[in-house]
Amino acid sequence: MQSSPAQSTPAAQTERGLRFFQRLSFEETLFGWLFIVPAVLGLLFFRLGPVFASFYLSFTKYEIITAPQWIGFANYTKLIKDALWLRSIEVTLWYVILFVPLSLTFAYAVALLMSRNVRGITTYRTLWYLPSVVPVVASATIWRWGLNPEFGPINYPLKVLGLPAPRWLTDPDWIVPSIVFIGLWGLGNSVLIFLASIVSVPRTFYEAAEVDGANGFARFRHVTLPLTSSIIFYQLIVTVINSFQVFGVAYVLFVSNPSASSAGPNNAALFYVLYMFRNAFGYFRNGYASAMAWILFLVVMLLTIILFYSQRRWVYYETEGGGS
Amino acid sequence: MTAIRFRQTVLRFLIHLTLAGGSAFMLVPFFWLLSSSLKAPHEIFVFPPKWIPDPVRWANYREVFEVVSVVRYTTNTMIVTVFSTLGVILSSSMAAYSFARLRFKGRDIMFGLILSTVMLPYVVTMIPVYILFTRLGWIGTFLPLIVPDWFGGPITIFLLRQFFRTIPLELEDAARIDGASRPRIFAQIILPLSRSALTVVLVLSLLYNWNDFLAPLIYLHKRDMFTLALGLNALQHFESGLDWTHYVMVLATLMVLPVIVIYFLAQRAFVEGIVLTGLKG
Repeated sequence: MQSSPAQSTPAAQTERGLRFFQRLSFEETLFGWLFIVPAVLGLLFFRLGPVFASFYLSFTKYEIITAPQWIGFANYTKLIKDALWLRSIEVTLWYVILFVPLSLTFAYAVALLMSRNVRGITTYRTLWYLPSVVPVVASATIWRWGLNPEFGPINYPLKVLGLPAPRWLTDPDWIVPSIVFIGLWGLGNSVLIFLASIVSVPRTFYEAAEVDGANGFARFRHVTLPLTSSIIFYQLIVTVINSFQVFGVAYVLFVSNPSASSAGPNNAALFYVLYMFRNAFGYFRNGYASAMAWILFLVVMLLTIILFYSQRRWVYYETEGGGS
Repeated sequence: MTAIRFRQTVLRFLIHLTLAGGSAFMLVPFFWLLSSSLKAPHEIFVFPPKWIPDPVRWANYREVFEVVSVVRYTTNTMIVTVFSTLGVILSSSMAAYSFARLRFKGRDIMFGLILSTVMLPYVVTMIPVYILFTRLGWIGTFLPLIVPDWFGGPITIFLLRQFFRTIPLELEDAARIDGASRPRIFAQIILPLSRSALTVVLVLSLLYNWNDFLAPLIYLHKRDMFTLALGLNALQHFESGLDWTHYVMVLATLMVLPVIVIYFLAQRAFVEGIVLTGLKG
């Protein structure tokens, strides 16, 4: 939410408030609401409503044909004993732990490099971002063959150099790293956002730091990093939320139909959403799948809240006026 | 002095090397895709990999039309993409106009609520929305993919609202004195003045819908309703005993090509859109 600078003093605030009510006309209210009718209906029917509906469904047994039947916490207690569900958590957590730090540090480093280099930056930016526009299905298709252990272009240089060439998509231990690798191919999105925030740091800050005798690293540590920390924080949240919901790549690579009983060798590609999808659209266990959805929702919300509280320690906002 | 200059040159060289190396890594898969789409199937699986197809098998691009319903899939994808984009732009720009420029009770609460759903994980709404569409008897039609877009998208609303706020209020006041109604002001002043923001939203929505996989996967089951994403996925799981990898590559190329063309044509809109949604979230 943004506030206009005019709101700074209480007097200005009251004055503004008065004007607000004087001019609050019937015509404006009418059209104001009319214009947002579709968006409000969308909010109710496609977002807020479904959130509550899935909460209710998570306490029921519901297979679409018959009415939902209240079974209390049975779905939740069943989940704890579901070995596949536990497996899906393991797979997903492993992915999150690998992907989030790798993609953020890597993207930030690349953005730093790009911000230093003026000539050719547009070309680099264009090329690095290119994979981000590729459809998931297509990128999974490309990498299915790209990561082929025998004939793929990734293992080729490794083999030529006599390095160990992993069996990417067939070795259970390498499946999550493979998906991380494919995800890193689409790094350009974060790079672009970091780059925009780095280049928007005012020159004067660097000049002041230079006068104080700060060298390259000190300038990065005390100027660039704190002044871009709010964007790092935002990217951290978005990346975490998205990483918990990996679906498309794993589905295209390892699942042939909604009710397929495995996802990769040893279920090494059984991501959380994949297992949830299977329960909902393969087995039509809608109550069970809703319980899974709500657990994920709670975890993601909890993480976001924790991150929000932790940001006070490390995120610098200019309006505070203080140092980091 | 020369030592410093030497160090800077080396540093500059290293930066270029890293960025160019990375760019090559980003591009290789595209090249690989294109090259495989022009090979005979047995030429794809060879060691060492052949980078340039020899002979170049243009026939793949003709034959793929006999193997899969490329035209059908493309038409379906276009129907969904065009109608979804139309809907999301119309409904979101209306809401954005109201949130940005009209004052009424409840406005900020409604805007806050809509904004709060930006980060809502889709998994938590997926099942009830599916049940809703089942009740309506819309499974197997394009409606579940199109209709929700006619009810506004939180990010689109936010983006357009930010832009609409920058249009001077005097323009609107002048039009009101001339007796223009709100819908007219919206259609004839606000929208024409927002072409750049609308382009951003248009491009992002086109891309999103063209690429979408999950929603079509949930709602479309018959082959003649498949989008390109579904068709490409299905072709890979088609166990016919024949090696169709080259056709898979052709179909993937055909699906990626329009996206890349739009990306290069509307690069500025892309970059702006990504940065805006990223920075101001």
